Amino acid sequence: MLATRIIPCLDVDFGKVVKGIKFKDLDNVGDPVEMAKVYNEQGADELTFLDIGASYKSRKILIEVVEKVSEKVFIPLTVGGGLRSSEDMRNALTSGADKVAICTSAIENPSLITEGAEIFGSQCIVLSIDAKRHNGSWYAYTHGGRNNSGIDAITWAKEGENLGAGEILLNSIDKDGTKEGYDLELTRKISESVNIPVIASGGAGNPQQMVEAIKCGKADAVLLASLLHYGEYTIKDIKEYLKNKEICVR
Amino acid sequence: MIAIIDYGAGNLRSVKKAFDHLERKTMIAIKAADLKKADRIVLPGVGAFGSAIKKLQETGFYEATQAWISEDRPFLGICLGMQMLFEESLETKDTKGFGAFKGKCPRFKKGKVPQMGWNQINITRESPLLKGIPNKSFFYFLHGYYVEVENKDIVTATTDYFITYTSMIEKGNVFGVQFHPEKSGEMGLKMLRNWVEIC
Repeated sequence: MLATRIIPCLDVDFGKVVKGIKFKDLDNVGDPVEMAKVYNEQGADELTFLDIGASYKSRKILIEVVEKVSEKVFIPLTVGGGLRSSEDMRNALTSGADKVAICTSAIENPSLITEGAEIFGSQCIVLSIDAKRHNGSWYAYTHGGRNNSGIDAITWAKEGENLGAGEILLNSIDKDGTKEGYDLELTRKISESVNIPVIASGGAGNPQQMVEAIKCGKADAVLLASLLHYGEYTIKDIKEYLKNKEICVR
Repeated sequence: MIAIIDYGAGNLRSVKKAFDHLERKTMIAIKAADLKKADRIVLPGVGAFGSAIKKLQETGFYEATQAWISEDRPFLGICLGMQMLFEESLETKDTKGFGAFKGKCPRFKKGKVPQMGWNQINITRESPLLKGIPNKSFFYFLHGYYVEVENKDIVTATTDYFITYTSMIEKGNVFGVQFHPEKSGEMGLKMLRNWVEIC
């Protein structure tokens, strides 16, 4: 049976892992290579690295980080943050990433999804959607949650699938770093609207909320950050909990 | 020397890095002539069946690989690299695979496609590739099509994803795995080590 994936996410700024609340108030939490090794040993199913430095230099450092990680850690690695062209994608993939995540650049230039899928295969292209709620609908945001694109998040997810995305990384801006639990309604709506895997992200505070994201939100995977970074839970603890709730984990 | 075939589509770095980690010498083969230096071949596969076959034909790898397999020389096909051993895929009609084995590749009809993530293997018979690997071990899968094998004698493991399908095959020195051993942690590395040590 296919296992639900537990994916630690490392937000990296100039080579350091940071974590904020609602995409703001960043806190420095550690070295990405060391953290990747620890999470791998704990049983992480994949690792996601997002460059939030949003500059050429910061991205270059992240690529070096991924290169180092990929020599020691043999699980799938996703890289995102500031990738604007198929050439940027190629750099990330040749450095050792298996998938690339695109957010702002996909909204600004949707054909980038198709171009990436045609060159590297759909399985490589993760459409990252930063969604925020307004009056009962969710909108896709760009630039690290700063700008509302005005595009409906559910419509965008479906369009992304049609354009060739192989997976959706769904981040709730409202829930990010709050530990209040995932946005279940949003996750379920997106997951039921597309036929590609959906990773729920934003708001994890305890394993029960992950159970809800998987069972009620229909998420295929859950992304975790602060919960793991601050050592409140290990991946092993979480998997044990999920197993007791009859969720298949590795 | 292990040759990793590069037909310009996939991310081969992860396969190479896994063998580097096992301290095995590899070379990235970019043209058919490079295979002369090799005593074993890995064919990793990503992307679509049709475009992969087309690129293999353009680079001369198609015929070279077909000959290699027919001589029963050590070969490992990963993911699409396993599917291409068969006759055809419904992903791209009118494109012939290597045809080393009888069968075709239909698309999953249920569940999210592609299947993405860790799934278990059900070992159906003994294999040197599976030495030290327990039944129901998890490996990393990433595929929308699977192989429908005609001759079940070549099947060594199956996997369940709404249906039960073939996830490992072997005949002589030719092996195929639907999952990505290079991305399957310790068990995957163990399998690659087994492959290097058997034939």
